[in-house]
Order: sequence, then structure tokens, then C-alpha cells
Amino acid sequence: MDKEIRMRAEGVNFFYGSRPALKDVNLEIYRNQVTAIIGPSGCGKSTFIRLLNRMNDMVPKSRLEGRIFLDGDDIHDPETDVVDIRRRVGMVFQKPNPFPKSIFENIKYGLEINGMRDKSVIEDKVVDSLKKAALWEEVKGRLYDSALRLSGGQQQRLCIARCLAVEPEVILFDEPCASLDPISTARIEELLMELKQEYTIVIVTHNMQQAARVSGNTAFFLLGEIVEFGKTQDIFTKPRDSRTEAYITGRFG
Amino acid sequence: MKRLFSKESVYASVFGILAFACLIFLAGITLVLFKEGLPLFAKVSLWDFLSGTAWYPTHEDPEFGILSLLAGSLWVTAGAMLVCLPLGIGSALYINEIAGNTQKAVLKPLVELLAGIPSIVFGFFGMVVVAPFLQRLLHIPTGLCAFTASLILGIMAVPTVCSLSEDALSYVPASYREASLALGATRWETLIKVVLPAAGSGISTAAILGVSRVMGETMTVLMVSGGAAIIPHSFFQPVRPLTSTIAAEMGEAAVGSTHYQALFAIAMVLFTLTFIFNIAAEILSRRYRLKLGIQR
Ligand SMILES: Nc1ncnc2c1ncn2[C@@H]1O[C@H](COP(=O)(O)OP(=O)(O)O)[C@@H](O)[C@H]1O
Ligand SMILES: [Mg+2]
Repeated sequence: MDKEIRMRAEGVNFFYGSRPALKDVNLEIYRNQVTAIIGPSGCGKSTFIRLLNRMNDMVPKSRLEGRIFLDGDDIHDPETDVVDIRRRVGMVFQKPNPFPKSIFENIKYGLEINGMRDKSVIEDKVVDSLKKAALWEEVKGRLYDSALRLSGGQQQRLCIARCLAVEPEVILFDEPCASLDPISTARIEELLMELKQEYTIVIVTHNMQQAARVSGNTAFFLLGEIVEFGKTQDIFTKPRDSRTEAYITGRFG
Repeated sequence: MKRLFSKESVYASVFGILAFACLIFLAGITLVLFKEGLPLFAKVSLWDFLSGTAWYPTHEDPEFGILSLLAGSLWVTAGAMLVCLPLGIGSALYINEIAGNTQKAVLKPLVELLAGIPSIVFGFFGMVVVAPFLQRLLHIPTGLCAFTASLILGIMAVPTVCSLSEDALSYVPASYREASLALGATRWETLIKVVLPAAGSGISTAAILGVSRVMGETMTVLMVSGGAAIIPHSFFQPVRPLTSTIAAEMGEAAVGSTHYQALFAIAMVLFTLTFIFNIAAEILSRRYRLKLGIQR
């Protein structure tokens, strides 16, 4: 089966100051697939995923070697518009981070900075993305309440809705369920399964079952390197590397 | 056997007494203010006092109208705001957003150091440098006017506004910025539409403390405002704000005289103004917090 490559990392090294955080990372991310990134804490998962939408640009004294492509274009090329990259590659963070504004305004914000002015179009889009993020039923009566009053799980789904509203092509999730209870986690997982029909998804997760359930491909990171990358099924049933096996069976990490 | 006083109850009562002492001082000040000031209104009606434009406290037939003094205060305060808000908030934004870590490490303490310069130094600088310069530049009769006072007071308040605004900005969680940038907002959009509003209540507090400093400032205005008790029609006329009136005349007013009582009454007015101001600020910032869903 021929799958279309959406993003590709090629010989990526990344340094915080002089300390290397990623070493020769090579990875393909396929269209309409969930790619899971697993590995113990501090092994560079966040560092890697944040390179995919250039969120590491602001880190002082950091340095990138190698290239990352989105549809064949080098996203770190000086000619590339970082704002455009971030519009096409959205991100949902580990800790839900809604703005201290109303639910409605949280979503409206992204639409406005993308040049949308028409009030009725904005209203439609807000409702639409809340429905897509499976949050509409819970908030439809209180769109103008502060987003900070929502529960953690609801806040995270609001962040997903906010991200969906600007119509990204790729969505990055950095441990989106790390701070959520099991029920909220299950809801987000369901949502991921739906979203992968339409979007290309990369998810960092600590939860092995989650990776196994939602992803098509899995990359196992260890100490800034990719130990193993392949079909999720293969990684979890017949890992080639003993370290992968040790990790997924819970013997370290 | 039970001990008579537990450690906690001793701590509680010590801090309780200290807190209470503050209240007692405040109440005492208020009491004296009103006790000395109120008798004035047996001789001059409140309306004449507030709406009269003539302030001739030492004339044979004295007049105690403070409208022109009030106007002087308001002009100078408004002018100083125009100076210190843009400069203070602007420099806070620079320090917080644009300056690198090394620049920040130098600039922030430097600004805070500025806040410690005694007001008489600012007044002196205004008197011998700014005022003569302005006089020559604009060919006006005197450089000691509302404009100079506003300028100097505004600059005096910049460190307060800047330092507190910068604190407010640095309390804005990095996650808000990240959320905005990840949606494809530019740094500028993020700053204006996310960071500034999130720091809004802190920045308004900074502005209010700046205004308080300007309104209550005495030495500087006394030296640079020109001292004419007339309602100003332009920024380049001398004015005589409430504070400098009290400072200039208290020494010569006989204790218990009508003049003396009038000066206390002016202090009452200042007191009330500041009071209203602070209450308004408190209400504003509480509304803001409610809107954000932050419980206290
Ligand atoms: N902003 C930063 N500055 C310096 N070092 C960092 C920074 N962010 C992460 N690191 C370091 O880089 C390594 C990888 O971190 P990270 O990518 O966050 O790991 P993970 O997400 O897999 O837990 C860690 O050793 C961490 O301490
Ligand atoms: Mg991480």
C-alpha cells in the first residue's frame, strides 16, 4: 500500500545551548494517519514535536541541524513564513491552555487572526468546531462563560476545537491527556479516532494502550534518538530492538 | 495541664494587633483631617468652597474657592498620565517582550532605582533645566507651568508604572503565548490581543498607583507648576494644584484660623478624591477577575 508522506524529518539534530536533545532523527509522517511518539520522560519527544510547527524558534541559544519537510517544503527555510507553517500545522498542548476569555472568544480569536471578519461566518465556524471537538452539547447554553470555568477535559476539547477552527492540515498533540481523568481521556481518544479521517495527526503519549489503540505508526524515542519506527502493530507485537520491548512491557521508563 | 496561650494564638494576636494598629492610624488621620477641616463650612458654604474660583486666603476680605486649584490638579494629573502611561507601559513591553535576558537583567533594576530618586531632585531639574528651556523654546512668560509639571511628574511616575506593568506581563503564563502562536498569530498579534489583556488588571493597578503618586506629589509641583491660582486655559499657563497649595501655605497659616481650616478642607478633598479613585480601581479589577473566572 502506497501512503502519502505529509511531513518528513531528515537527519535532525537539535541542541539546547551545547546540550544535544535530538540525535539524527529520521521520521516520516503519513497523511490521514496517527503517528504516535512514545518514550520515557526527557528523551526529546516534546522537543521533536515542537520542531514540526517551529514552536522551538523562540528558545534562546537553540540550534537545529537537518531538515523537516511539509509536503516537500523545508519548514525551517529562511524563505518560509513561520506563521503560515503554524496555521497549517496546529498544536494541542499537554496542559489545557484556553485563553482567559469566553468559550466563544477562544475560538473566535483564531478565526480573526486568520482574517475572518464576517460575524455570522464566525458564529457558524465556532459552532462547527465545537461540534467536531465533541464539546457542543456540553457548552451550547453558555458560550459566553469564561473558558476557565470548564473542567480540565472540557478545556482540552475546547483547545482542540480552537485548533480545528483554523483548519490545519496536520495536528500535533503533546501528551494531550496527561492531566486528565480516565473518562476525559477516553473522550479525547474517541475524538482522535474521528479526527484521523480528516487530518494528519502526531501524538506524543506516555500511555502505551493509547498509542496502541489510536495510532497507525509508532516511533520509540530514547535519549534523543529514534530506537525504532514502524507500524504500531509491529512495534507492539514484535519489536525488533530489545530496548523497545523493555519499554513497552513496562520494564523501564 | 493546658497551657494558657498556644503558640498559634500568640502569633495570631501579635499580627492581629499590628494590622489593627494600621487601621487605628488611618482612622486617626481621617479623624484629625475632618475635625480640623469641617469647621470651615460654618463660615464658607461647601458650594462656595468647591465652586469658587478665587483663592485669596490672606486678603482682608478672604475668599476660599478651590475650583482653580482643583482644576490645576486635574490638568497636571491628566498631563502626567499622558506622559507616564505610554512611556511606562511601553518600556515594560520592551523589557518583557523584546529585550534579551542580559538587557532585562540590567534594565529592570535600573528602572526600579529611578523610582528611588527623591522628588526634590526631579523638581530641581524641572526648575533649572526644563523650565528655562521651555521658556526660550516657546517664548512664553514662564516655563513654570502645567506642562512642565506634567512632564516632570509623568517622568517621575514612569518607574512605578513600568516596574509594576512588567511584573504583570511576566505573570502571564507562557502557555497563553504558545497557544496564540500555535494558531498562527504573529508575535505582535499575540502581544496585543492575548498578553496585554491577560495582564490588564495588573497594568491598570500599575496605572492607578502611578496616578496616585502624581496626584499626591507635593515637592515637585510646588517647584515647577508656577503657583498661580487660576483656572488654566492651556498647558503653558502656571497652575497651583491642591497639594502645593497646602505645602506652600501651611507654614504661614495660624493654627485654628479660617485659612488653616481651609487648608485642612483641601486635604479632605484630596483624601476623598484618592479614596474614590481607589474604590473605583478595586471594583474594576474585581469585575475583571470575575470575567476571567478567577476566584479569590
Ligand atoms: N527550553 C529548554 N531549554 C533547555 N533544555 C531543554 C528545554 N526543553 C527541554 N530541554 C531538555 O531537553 C531534553 C528533552 O526534553 P523534552 O523534549 O521535553 O522531553 P520529553 O518531552 O520527551 O519528556 C530534556 O533533557 C530537557 O531537560
Ligand atoms: Mg514532553
